[in-house]
Formats: sequence, structure tokens, C-alpha cells
Amino acid sequence: MAEGKSRRPEVAGPEPAGTQSASTDKPAISPVSRRPRVGVFVCHCGINIAGVVRVPELVERAKTMPGVVVARDYQYCCSDPGQQIIRDSIKADKLDRVVVACCSPTLHEATFRKAGEEAGLNYYRTEIANIREQCAWVTKDRDEATDKAEDITRLAIARATHDESLEPVGVTVNKRALVVGAGIAGIQAALDIANAGYEVVLVEKQPSIGGHMAQLSETFPTLDCSQCILTPRTVETGRHSRIKLHTYSEVAEVSGYIGNFKVRIRQKPRYVDFDACTGCGLCMEKCPARVEADFERGMGKRRAIYRLLPQAVPNRPVIDAEACIYLQKGKCGVCAKVCPTQAIRYDDTEKFVEEEVGAIVLATGYELLDHEKMSAYGIGRVPDVIDGLAFERLLSASGPTQGEVKRPSDGRVPKKVVFVQCAGSRDREHGMPYCSKICCMYTAKQAILYKHRVHDGEATICYIDVRTPGKGFEEFYQRATDEGTTYLRGKVSKIFRQGDKVMVWASDTLAGRKVELEADLVVLASAVVASPDGVELAKRLKMQLDGHGFLTEAHPKLRPVETLTGGFFLAGCGQGPKDIPDTVAQASAAAAKVLAMFGQDKIFHAPTTAWVDEDICVGCGNCELTCAYGAVKVDLQRGVAAVNVALCEGCGACSVACPSGAMSHRNFSKKSIYEMTEEAVR
Amino acid sequence: MSKPPSVSPLVRSIEALSGQVIADCYQCGCCTAGCPIGEAMDPPPSKAIRLLQLGRAGELLDSEGIWLCASCMVCGTRCPRGVDYALIAEACRAVVLRRPVRSGRVGPETVTDEDCEEIPQQAFMASFRKFSG
Repeated sequence: MAEGKSRRPEVAGPEPAGTQSASTDKPAISPVSRRPRVGVFVCHCGINIAGVVRVPELVERAKTMPGVVVARDYQYCCSDPGQQIIRDSIKADKLDRVVVACCSPTLHEATFRKAGEEAGLNYYRTEIANIREQCAWVTKDRDEATDKAEDITRLAIARATHDESLEPVGVTVNKRALVVGAGIAGIQAALDIANAGYEVVLVEKQPSIGGHMAQLSETFPTLDCSQCILTPRTVETGRHSRIKLHTYSEVAEVSGYIGNFKVRIRQKPRYVDFDACTGCGLCMEKCPARVEADFERGMGKRRAIYRLLPQAVPNRPVIDAEACIYLQKGKCGVCAKVCPTQAIRYDDTEKFVEEEVGAIVLATGYELLDHEKMSAYGIGRVPDVIDGLAFERLLSASGPTQGEVKRPSDGRVPKKVVFVQCAGSRDREHGMPYCSKICCMYTAKQAILYKHRVHDGEATICYIDVRTPGKGFEEFYQRATDEGTTYLRGKVSKIFRQGDKVMVWASDTLAGRKVELEADLVVLASAVVASPDGVELAKRLKMQLDGHGFLTEAHPKLRPVETLTGGFFLAGCGQGPKDIPDTVAQASAAAAKVLAMFGQDKIFHAPTTAWVDEDICVGCGNCELTCAYGAVKVDLQRGVAAVNVALCEGCGACSVACPSGAMSHRNFSKKSIYEMTEEAVR
Repeated sequence: MSKPPSVSPLVRSIEALSGQVIADCYQCGCCTAGCPIGEAMDPPPSKAIRLLQLGRAGELLDSEGIWLCASCMVCGTRCPRGVDYALIAEACRAVVLRRPVRSGRVGPETVTDEDCEEIPQQAFMASFRKFSG
């Protein structure tokens, strides 16, 4: 197990926790104890490298470099025969370090290190000289390319010369998962993990689960009722024996590291005894206080004691302390009087619970762009300008109008509705530069549903481009036009109130003219943004975010549901705008990654971490401040920094920040950097 | 922001004069939608920029639209891509006004009734200042 301190490798290497015994390449305990024996293997990569770099010449030059005992080339070193050449050479030439001059280490470092390991060479003694991306692909002149390839190779040899044998750090895994956010993403991830036999802690900030999907009327492109497809999942989640649900709760703190997290969860006061309450709903009928319901997005009101929707899971109301007459003024108490099970607790306070988990799935979700960012569109000032989610509530059968489309200002049925797409999306000057991805389809859906509800109604959609890259999406868009929706190509400039009408200044760029539309109701497809609460949590957890607050995946193509911090996974709109099918697929993928982790008793962490020379360290704490992963802490008793190798990602920031030079990096020591620099400027 | 220069030298000079990058426009039409004289503008702002994107600057310079623009700057204020058509129209006007005249001197007596119809008043004043006396 990883301890919270590092050791000096010269004295004793990290604990041999891997499969390989420490004696495999015993001779090279210290790089200075004997002359290194380096093998250099240059890959042609077809014509990728050989088309620019003169490979035979590079091989000849490599043979003369210090420590090199063999240098060879091959068409494709990553192929089976290519790897065999390396394996054979390690044995025949008694190599104790290997340098492969080929493509980027992100592609084949693991391949070649594994090949070396199979021939008995320590995994961390194979280095890559990237002569493809950093040389052949960016250099035209063959002489220059060959010279540069030589330099890169010489640097890699200098680095390899100082490589030590390292063993991976083994960490035990607590096979319980935390899922943050119980929208459809969090629900799906939790169900998948729980159904595989592992316990899940599911945390949701709202009083009940379901997220934004619970607000939707019908879903594109099939028009199946959102509630009807969601409630089986919410019910299953609520009843699952292996899912521990914390609703009306937030993650306050996470400590620990991959496989062994400690999570502190803050439970907001519900003022209702969860166990005593039966969810009969009498209190909600009798409560005299009425306030705007956030869940209805300004389209309807709720009582001070409330649940989000009739199918709420868990079906237990909470009291909104700010709206409750008793909690504000000390008078009323109607809910307590009518409650048949005496479940009301006015003296309830917030509580904290601790959970221990091994993996964390962040499914923190989205919000719609702030109205203030779209001042030209009048939303927030003009009552009959509403956003897409508010219109979903008007269309929803369980919404405040029971699915009848009535405009907020006077409750009349709107005969002319203008839908405005890209309200804040694709607008780098005022809103968000990205495409929110879901609006083209949900606007088409809303226009279709509106026409189903109001047969003589006119629906106009102002759009810049209609994007339909999904199964059945283009057909659905065609259906919207077939059913009589007018598509007007042009971004809306301004929306304002005139009498009881809403005026929309649009343009028809296909006809090349300006258009003024008179509407009863305007629906904005506001930009999808990362949930502000999610952003705040991510910052506290030191998760990497993009410029707009969306969680960043470890690799945009090949590791789309992992983060750069071990043990944290992503699902849903917190990572970027996406529709329900994509969200569910991503959530299941995140669950699969968690399960892959839980399938092992121990997980192994790269030992190329930071380490402290305790003789030099004065415990100034610069490293602790710099570390993005919380892996370095100053041991106050001993006055030196200590590295938790299970948390350390080996980024090297601490060794740069260290003023005394005590902090270093295994197999990337200051000495190897100096020598590489020396080779570079030779 | 570095963008490849436009093919047409005329468009390049309009870009240089206005400081706007024509390629930035993605033709959403928001400028046209917000233009207070959008109904009268011919071509309307988005179409004018389209002409420049296609290298057809000559058509724009001969149009009436560039002289109608009142430089209220609503188009540029609401543009999601940060392109200010008011500055482009101003640049187009400058290009027209700087066009060389064939005869060396200009006086009120040399101007025909036909010219009066066609040539913008600003151009008259500018040419009198430059070429008379």
C-alpha cells in the first residue's frame, strides 16, 4: 500500500508490488555503478519517418553515441516482428536500456515498454525518441530532419542512461462507487454499477431524482413521453438494494485517492422526518404559502412544503425554509397539524455523513444560459419570452397547465409562436462560442408538439443552421416542416414588447431581407451551460475544466469518460452538451470503466512520481501549494514534504516549484534533465 | 486573429481599412435583422459581407447600400462573430471616394446633370477639395 511519504530510491526503491521481482535487472541499481548498455531502434513508420529522415544515416550516427551497444532500424517497430527484434536484441546484446526512435510516446510507449518487459528489461527503462510528430511531420528538408532526429535520439539516450528500475505502486480498491448527480446520467451509471453487484452512493442536490429529464414533455425524435421512460428508472433506483440515495444533499468534501476516497456529504435540512413520512401529500394540499417553483421555471407555483413532481422518488416532501411561514414568523404550523404521522420537524438542521468509496462518477449536468447574457432578447423583462425548459413545462402533461399551452402574461393560448434558435449558442461575443447540440432537435419537437396542441397555431423557427446528425434526426426535422412549421433562416437581433404582442426582429437571409415578426409567445433555445453548482464542485475537487466550465475528459477520443485524476469518471452534460441517448451511452461507459476498476483487487499506479530528498527539504510548502492533485503534504511533525504516490500523477509541477531542489521526479531527475540539456546544446 | 488574406486585392484593402476580418462572418443575418433601415438597405449588411466573401467587392462598391448606412453600429454590437459592418461600409465609402478621376481638374461647370444624379455628394465635395483651384 502506498504510504504518505516517499523514499530515496538510492537507499531503497519503492516497494516491489508488481508482478516482476526486483532482481530481474539487478546490476543497474545505480546508473553510475556500471556502464550502461543502450539499444537504439529506429522505426521507419512506413514513409512517415523514412520519407523525410534518412534512417540508415541516423542508425550509423546512433551507433557512435555514448553507451550505445546496438542500433538498428525496422519498417514498423510496433509490429510483432518489430517488437521481436527489440526483445531478441535485449537478450543477445545484454541491453539494460532501450531507446525507440518512433512516433509519440502517447501512442506506443506502452507497446515498447511491454515488449522490453517481456525480454526481462524493467518497464521503466525503455524510452521513446519522438522523431515523427516532433521531427518528420514538421520538417521538410531531409538534412535538417536527419540532424534533428539525431538530436532527439541523443537526448532520449541521455535520459535513458539515468533511468532506474521502478515497480508500479499497488493500491487496494474499495469497491463502492459515488455518483454525483441523479439526472438520467447519474441514474444510469448508478444502476449499471449496482446491477453488476457493487454498492453505489448516489448524491442529488434536489429533493428527488430525475434531473432535467423529469421536466421534459416528450423526447425527440420518437416523441415518447419523458416521464414514461424515466420513471421506471427512477423507481428502480429508489428501490435498489445496492443504491444508497442521498437526496437534497451535496458533496462537501472529497479526500483520499483512487480506490480509497473519503466523501463528506452535506444533507440539507428537509424539516420532514424521512422515515416517519408516508408521502400522503396532505401537508402540501393544506400549506398556505405559495411561491414560484424553480422546477416549473416560472410557469407555475408550489407550496412551501413541496415535492418536485407527483412521481417524485423518493416521494417525501421538503420544506423550503425561506417560504415557510412557520419557519420565518413562528406562526402557522398547518403541515404539522394535518400530518397523520407527525413527521414534520421544524427544528431540523443540516447534517453531515461520511462515505467511503473507490471510484467517483461526476454527472453534474447542465443549466440554461443566464437571462442577463441575452439582454437583446428581452427574456426576464418580457413575460411572454420564455426559455426552452419553461416551454417544456407548458407542454408537459404533469406541468402547471396540464399540457395546455398558455402564455404566462395573460394565460391566453398563443396563436403565433416564434422559436429562436442559437440564443446564446455559437455567439462568442455575447454568449457561448460552441453549438449546444440539442436545440435544433428540441425546437423542432416543440414546434411539432405546439401544433399538436394548438391546431390553428402558427409556429416559426428562426435558425442559423439546422444540424441533425443523429439517428432519425433529419427525418424528424423534415416532419416539423411537413407539419407546417415555417423555418426562417437568420439569427434574431432583437425581441421587445409592443402592446400585448412580442415583436421579433429577424432576417430571411435566403431571400436577403429583414423580417419583423409579431408573436404571442417567443421561446428561446438558450445555450446549454455547465451547471454552476457542478462547476463549483469540480473546482473544489481540482477537476480540469474547459474554458466554459465543462469537465475535461482525459483524452477527447480515446478516454472520453475518464478524467486526468485517477478514480474520477464523467457522464452527461457536465462534460458537454448532449442529448438523452448520448448521455445514457456515456453514463454506461463510465459505469463500465468503474466496473473494470472494481474487477481488480489492486490497481497499479505508475511509479514515475515525485519524491522528496528529505535531507534537503526544509518543508516550505511550495510543493503543496502547487500540486493540482493534493498529492504533496508537508509533514508538520518532521518538517519535510511527503508525497502520496497513489495520488501523484507525476506532472512535475512540484519539482519546478521547489526552491531548494529537494523535490525531484523518478526517472526524470534534475541530473537527467541537465544531461539532456547538455546534449541538446552540444 | 490571423486569417488568410482574401484573394481579391479590393477586398483586402477593405479589410485593411475597416480592421474587420471578412471570413469571420458566418452569415447568420443578425446584422440585417437589427438594421433600423434594413428594409431599405440594398444590399442588406449580411448580403454585403457575402459579396465580399465571394470576392465581388465591385458590386458592393457600386451599390446604394453603403451610402445608406447611418453607422448606428447595431449590426456590430449584436454580431455573434465580432464583425462590424458599419466599419466595413465606411471602408467601402472611403475606397469609392479615393478612386482616381480621369481629368486633372474638376469644377462645378464640368459636372453634368447625369453626374449629379449618380455621384454621391460627399464625392463632389472631396473632389472639389482635391482637384479644383
